[in-house]
Amino acid sequence: MVSSIGGANLRMEVKNLNFYYGRSLALKNINMGIENNKVTAVIGPSGCGKSTFIRILNRMNDIIIGTRVEGEILLDEQNIYDPRVDVVEIRRKIGMVFQKSNPFPKSIFDNIAYGLRINGISNKTEIIDRVEMSLKNSALWDEVKDRLDDNAFELSGGQQQRLCIARALAIEPEVILFDEPCSALDPISTAKIEELINQLKEKYTIAIVTHNMQQAARISDYTGFFLLGELIEFDKTEKIFTNPSQKQTEDYITGRFG
Amino acid sequence: MTRLERNERLIKIALLVIACSAVSILAVITIFIFSEGTPIMFKYGFKSFLLGLDWYPSEQSFGLLPMIIGSVMVTLGSLIVGVPFGLACAIFLTEFSSRRLRHILKPIIELLAGIPSVVYGFIGVVILVPFIRENFGGPGLSVLAASIILGIMILPTIISISIDSLQAVPRSYREGSIALGATKWQTTKMVTLKAARSGIIASIILGMGRAIGETMAVIMIAGNAINIPHSVLDPVRTLTSNIALEMGYASGEHREALFATGVILFVIIMVLNTLANLTSAKRKA
Repeated sequence: MVSSIGGANLRMEVKNLNFYYGRSLALKNINMGIENNKVTAVIGPSGCGKSTFIRILNRMNDIIIGTRVEGEILLDEQNIYDPRVDVVEIRRKIGMVFQKSNPFPKSIFDNIAYGLRINGISNKTEIIDRVEMSLKNSALWDEVKDRLDDNAFELSGGQQQRLCIARALAIEPEVILFDEPCSALDPISTAKIEELINQLKEKYTIAIVTHNMQQAARISDYTGFFLLGELIEFDKTEKIFTNPSQKQTEDYITGRFG
Repeated sequence: MTRLERNERLIKIALLVIACSAVSILAVITIFIFSEGTPIMFKYGFKSFLLGLDWYPSEQSFGLLPMIIGSVMVTLGSLIVGVPFGLACAIFLTEFSSRRLRHILKPIIELLAGIPSVVYGFIGVVILVPFIRENFGGPGLSVLAASIILGIMILPTIISISIDSLQAVPRSYREGSIALGATKWQTTKMVTLKAARSGIIASIILGMGRAIGETMAVIMIAGNAINIPHSVLDPVRTLTSNIALEMGYASGEHREALFATGVILFVIIMVLNTLANLTSAKRKA
């Protein structure tokens, strides 16, 4: 199994990861690196553990009772599962955008200001500036600048998802995780988000789970293929889609199953 | 028409009659209270009922203000006791406790609602009233005692409805907040509680309805003196106590005045219930 890329500039590294839901082993011995300022995609059929995997990367599964992690996940060489680590700080450094857009039942402005406020920023002008900047960085500013006080639920699905991206950007994370961010969106909104991800990788390190292989091929630099809780193959995206070294990967990307 | 179809129709009509009779009982009670209670209010004027200070039914003096104030004070007092406790309990059970503990504790809390109010009153008389008398002064039978006992009695209402509305908050809100680096408490305070706000308000209003309507426990511990209380250690009489204490021997205008007391209580409770329905309807929209 090709598990890591030699000589790469890694931001995060997954070492010998096992993950359990109760007694059942959901992820088996995963090794993988996430390179700085690149997009790393995770593909695989439903139920293969790809969403579980990405939620491990910022300890979101901690809030599910009965889960257990073995192995190491390093962010800038520090194990984020080290008991001495502040989990809140980890989640601040590693932002997340979910499958279903989940704005809070608040105004557009407050949705973004929320993350700033809980992180101790109370200066009003700073909040206003950073809300504006995040909305610009998520390509939403022009659409919402005159209605920042409107409830976030009045936005379209695609806009809501970009609002969630803006919300994640506002607290200036180092890594952003996307868990199937386009699965509920139409093709035009999907294209906007893909374009956005492409711009974001200049400043951020990105990992994205997608069930859409074309999407992985379009936007990612590296791709990992998961099957039944195992990382079957991990390599440069071009290689995975043109010349995979594993038979199972080839079967999946050519549509023979999944 | 086949036999089956005829049976079906008969059952439908029978159920309709039963359903209508349940509603009509409510209607009859309403009409009865109003027809007995309003003539005397018209005769002496609403103002003398609502704002009069003296209640001497044998001398045609029917001022209900001390009882209205008594009911309001005892109800507000019970909210001051019950709401913080109830909310804290609901928040703990939904956000911080394990699922197992919640499954054990929630039914126990709901069981509190099944204890007869006379038992609460009894505990109040035997334990709370002497405690207040010895430690804070006054007769012990007081606004404070009634507020504490009623505050406990409304806990099940507040807790179980608040738990339901907190649990109805989608998990995605909590996850979104936690993923931004919020602590559990920040998430609860700034996202979950706000999203559940209308349900929590409805629970408080329903608890308030329960407190204002409670009679037996209040009669036993509030002292029942017809005075406007000057402190929480003074005794009070509530609207409900007034009816229950005097109905047994009242006749003529006195009896009608007690019905008028009922009318005022009825209106207050209808307003509270309507408010509760409106806030929970807003939540669904």
